[in-house]
Amino acid sequence: MTKPPVIGRTREEMAQRLAQDIPDGSYVNLGIGIPELVAKFVPAGRSMIYHTENGLLGMGPAPRPGEGDPELLNAGKQRVTALPGAAYFHHADSFAMIRGGHLDLCVLGALQVAQNGDLANWSTGEPGAIPAVGGAMDLVAGVKSIFVITQHCTREGEAKLVQKCTFPLTGCAVVNRIYTDLAVIEVTPNGFRLVELSPGIDFNFVQERTGAPLLRTPERIKAGGAEK
Amino acid sequence: MIDKRVASAAEAVSDIFDGATIMIGGFGEAGSPVELIHALIDQGATNLTTISNNTGSGQVGLAALLKAGRVSKVVCSFPRTANSTVFPELYRSGRTKLELVPQGTLAERIRAGGAGIPAFYTPSAVGTPLAEGKECREFGDRKYLLEHGIRADFSLIKGRVADTHGNILYNKTARNFAPLMAMAAEVTIVQVAEIVEPGKLDPESIVTPGIFVDRVVAIANPAHESELVEAGASYP
Repeated sequence: MTKPPVIGRTREEMAQRLAQDIPDGSYVNLGIGIPELVAKFVPAGRSMIYHTENGLLGMGPAPRPGEGDPELLNAGKQRVTALPGAAYFHHADSFAMIRGGHLDLCVLGALQVAQNGDLANWSTGEPGAIPAVGGAMDLVAGVKSIFVITQHCTREGEAKLVQKCTFPLTGCAVVNRIYTDLAVIEVTPNGFRLVELSPGIDFNFVQERTGAPLLRTPERIKAGGAEK
Repeated sequence: MIDKRVASAAEAVSDIFDGATIMIGGFGEAGSPVELIHALIDQGATNLTTISNNTGSGQVGLAALLKAGRVSKVVCSFPRTANSTVFPELYRSGRTKLELVPQGTLAERIRAGGAGIPAFYTPSAVGTPLAEGKECREFGDRKYLLEHGIRADFSLIKGRVADTHGNILYNKTARNFAPLMAMAAEVTIVQVAEIVEPGKLDPESIVTPGIFVDRVVAIANPAHESELVEAGASYP
């Protein structure tokens, strides 16, 4: 059995594309999964400070296998390192940073994003599933910009960018930008706006796989991303 | 003379009663007070309500307390973790109830409980299923939910070092909920690797001041949950 050719950006290329849009000196919280890849692609000459909600600013990469401290973890409970200049703090301070608007950017995965910026990323609402929310609802409520990084469609080919989310919401009108394998899309007061197509992808291909209209008209972008 | 040392984990948890509400520190295995939880399993208290971020992994620590059938309700933000099989079974069979709370709301509810604040408004979870039944109020042009502070009968937490007055320092991201939980319980019990005399810790560096701590017990070489799970350990 041969794998079908990759259409659009790979996960790593998506992370690399998103990393281009993070300003130098940002305080950034990266979610679990594809968002974690973003740290590998920070452009040369820029530096970010990574926040992990379990109490560390200045998070560094994973230690070598078998090394590290079982009490120095990231939000995914994996061992990480602390860089020079790092700080530890308790959970109330960590979420004061989040809710209080002190973090510049949060990168999250998604099950669905609606054209008004609603995000669903914590539960498919299936009976018997164990509900678990973690810090996602606090992050989307408080961090200045929310970037979503996700495949454009589900494995079954259903659109993840939709008119209205059918899964339980994480937050209302919170997403600013979406980076997928097919495109970069901005959430505006008028709905989804195409910012950029992935190499080799045309507009109709993306529109057919998007559950809501895609605007093509350029709009003025406020500093730091779209209006929230 | 103030001396909060107790001789053993068993003695530290001896008065935990059936039906008690217990805050348990830790984010994943970082800061999980494994020896205190094992002492609580041995002690036998049941029908407990636990307040924690996760529900443990494998068959040790918090997962072992759940598996022993001692917990009737968990208040938690993320009860689903790699190697976490005990809680999902209890939840699906209806034997343990779950109150799901966003992580930042959980932290602030504990902080508020410890700080004499009965309730507060937060923007987290507005418009989501976790807002159902909660008072919603607008400040400026934004909506917020009313959330209530929580307190507990006991807190079980883990530090790195204490002095005999109960001043505590932590290890890296093992700090997480512990300083908040220390404030919010009638009785706060701390296991630490080392207990020193007053004056040995720099007052500028104290994270949890001793006023919030009732008992400290020395556990010189605390077990790490991931190492126990990897070794296939189960408790008791």
